[in-house]
Amino acid sequence: MIELPKPDPAVLARRDEIVAALRALVPDSGRGQGVIGDAVRLKAYETDGLSAYRQPPLAVVLPTSTEQVAAVLRYCHQNNIRVIPRGAGTSLSGGALPLEDGVVIGLMRMNRILEVDYADRLAVVEAGVTNIGITQAVAGDGFFYAPDPSSQLACMIGGNVMMNSGGAHCLKYGVTAGNLLGVKLVTIEGDVIDIGGAHLDAAGYDWLGLITGSEGQLGIVTEVTVRILRAAEGARAMLAAYRSNEVAGEVVDAIIASGIIPVALEFMDRPAIHACEAFAHAGYPLDAESLLIIEVEGNTAEQDFLLGKLKEICGRFDPISLRVAETAEESLAIWKGRKGAFGAVGRISPDYLCMDGTIPTGELPRVLRRMQEMSDDYGLKVANIFHAGDGNLHPLIMFDANDPESFRKAEAFGADILKLCVEVGGCLTGEHGVGVEKRDLMNVQFSEIELTQQRAIKSAFDPQWLLNPAKVFPLAGNPLLERRA
Amino acid sequence: MSAAFELAPADEEGVVAAVAQARADRAPLAICGNNGRAGSLRPVQAAARLSVRNLAGVTLYRPQEMVLSARAGTPLPVIEATLDANRQMLAAEPPDFSELFGVATPPTLGGLVASNLSGPRRIGVGGALRDQVLGVRAVTGRAEVIRSGGRVHKNVTGLDLCKLLAGSQGTLGILTEITLKLLPRPEASLTLAIAVPSLAAGVAALAAGLGSPFGVSGAALLPAGGHGFAGPTAVLRMEDFLQFLPHRSGVLRGALAEFGAVTLLEQAASESLWKDIREARLLQAAPDEAVWRLSLRPSAAPAAAGQLMRAFDARLLLDWGGGLVWVAGPATESAHGAVMQAAAAAGGSFTLFRAPDPLRLAVPVLPAEPAPLAAIGARVKAAMDPDGLLNPGRMGR
Repeated sequence: MIELPKPDPAVLARRDEIVAALRALVPDSGRGQGVIGDAVRLKAYETDGLSAYRQPPLAVVLPTSTEQVAAVLRYCHQNNIRVIPRGAGTSLSGGALPLEDGVVIGLMRMNRILEVDYADRLAVVEAGVTNIGITQAVAGDGFFYAPDPSSQLACMIGGNVMMNSGGAHCLKYGVTAGNLLGVKLVTIEGDVIDIGGAHLDAAGYDWLGLITGSEGQLGIVTEVTVRILRAAEGARAMLAAYRSNEVAGEVVDAIIASGIIPVALEFMDRPAIHACEAFAHAGYPLDAESLLIIEVEGNTAEQDFLLGKLKEICGRFDPISLRVAETAEESLAIWKGRKGAFGAVGRISPDYLCMDGTIPTGELPRVLRRMQEMSDDYGLKVANIFHAGDGNLHPLIMFDANDPESFRKAEAFGADILKLCVEVGGCLTGEHGVGVEKRDLMNVQFSEIELTQQRAIKSAFDPQWLLNPAKVFPLAGNPLLERRA
Repeated sequence: MSAAFELAPADEEGVVAAVAQARADRAPLAICGNNGRAGSLRPVQAAARLSVRNLAGVTLYRPQEMVLSARAGTPLPVIEATLDANRQMLAAEPPDFSELFGVATPPTLGGLVASNLSGPRRIGVGGALRDQVLGVRAVTGRAEVIRSGGRVHKNVTGLDLCKLLAGSQGTLGILTEITLKLLPRPEASLTLAIAVPSLAAGVAALAAGLGSPFGVSGAALLPAGGHGFAGPTAVLRMEDFLQFLPHRSGVLRGALAEFGAVTLLEQAASESLWKDIREARLLQAAPDEAVWRLSLRPSAAPAAAGQLMRAFDARLLLDWGGGLVWVAGPATESAHGAVMQAAAAAGGSFTLFRAPDPLRLAVPVLPAEPAPLAAIGARVKAAMDPDGLLNPGRMGR
């Protein structure tokens, strides 16, 4: 279990006063309640996508403007109160897990699209706009916002910025960082700073790049300027199934070496294939060890050309099954199992942990083999969904949350997988973030010097460590967090 | 500004030792690769120069993973040749600029990354050079080696110091090794050139091209023609498999006809044109002139360009769909003032990219940051380089 810092008794004792002060800063309005302070309603904010950890916050503030966010941060800074920024609460790493003495600042009511400009190919949106909401706002004109995390129906752009979210299509289009032009950042002192804007690569330090993926450690983003792209004329998928993970790994290498960048290149192992097939009846071959879903974009002739080349490459490796979609409906059928993967695994196991390491793609067979051995050792099943083109693994470790021993084992298994990822030249997290989940593994990837350097940069933005503390950096060796423990 | 002596350590340990010595001596260092862009930004006041040029060579190349690592001093042409042999490329198309700066040596990878310099392909899906940096090793002003990122394509572990270091001009740390994401080199390319009546029409034509689904990977505007074009010309580059280009260029050509007469440049002519754009050759900046780069909202570029042409005899080249405005003109404070005003009016950013020393010492070479950000910046600088040893003053701080 992951430890949280002990709450500050002085802050807990002032709860009523703090709630009243926050109410004055963010009053109830026609758009809803500004502050939540009652225990029953606070329960709704006690966890996020990492639901094994729960902690109701001191209070929840739901501002509707940047000015309100600034006022709340100014107040918290002056009163030494910790704050936890929250978007939709879909973090799989516990990035929005509250603290008992912390105020959650929820951005979900800041959900307006402020500007769309097709000539300059950008959209300015508030932090609480959903990821899919941006694409929906511009899809009618043939545009889209490229990063597409699995949670895109719910997750919000502010959270995407803070986690530098990816998705199935970032092999071609890049992650959030590559699709941002600017943010409005509110500092812990309550200053509002425009970083970047409607232009590329502003001169000076790359604050935008540093803030992206900073998991709420440096400030709160209230507005985001994103790059929008003209959508491709169409997309089509194919499926290829193989007898071994080694062979499927070779196919992935051969595809990348061919000079084709598919818009998506997804890999599923045997347990994932079986879970998805039982759930979605997508027609996946059950005798396969591994399955690849490959998607290309373009007009019909271009799709035919690319799929023809890919079919030739995939065919060289003795596939069990090779299916090229001829129509959009057949494409959907191929994707159907993959898209339902999380629900499918949920059906065969009461609970699962979704891990998120990245490995060099050449290490795939070795990593899957080791993972199977660990699965046997721990006595817990694991299914693998994998963004194969970019090496981002998503092992789903199945366990029973009603059994504390099962949960403890699942966490230990997950930690072993992530250590393995680092050992083969990869990293702890490809797109879910460190949060609380991987916080105590940071010293597997980084030296103490490196962690000290990162903490010093955090301190440059947030000298008192009030912004989303107890996330990202190990608690040990951090005087600012231990001070009140 | 030339330093009295140069240190050129052979390896990363040598860089650490040099910084440790500088720390002990409280003696700042001018940091460089091949020192080709000493004429850019503010001249550094330091008795010693530290070059990473001897930290050279590709250390890892996995074409099938689209990943390359090289030591910071590796010259750009070496990396390009390595990739070319496998039909791959650096997606940002980083420029050489040795001609622009009148130097004989090519840039190093470290120098390019430290300046986050991207070429015309910046506006394509590959993005900026900093977007392709997967990992770095660097020596901080504390004489400590830090790593950030790694060698995998997706990595959100910890604060992204790769981004902070890319573009920090050697003021926060000395890059020693860099790992980059690669892309396949497109099989074929061509360019559509549109004779446009005005800058505004030119930027609109570029926007139409960039708003098409055809993967436009270059969008520039030559206000006075050049490279064989007589008048204002908008140029759009398309790259992909050979089979795709006739259809795409045909459709786009039709859509662009409303902006002016369209001609087509085949592969060889197209490649030579984009090299000239990348290197800003079309500016024809005389050696004693100043060169500025403005980063603007593309649709704001025509007004800014007009303002500059009225203020002084500015010669211009627009890249990135109008978002990058190259300006050449007299190296005077009044011309610089006009550039600063034009950037501010457009809500954008400027860099005094090349000028004789006196001008670079006299004026802000980059825009001032708002006070709260400047305060954070000073604390970040202190966190990375507490004694202010690395390239002091280079970015104006």
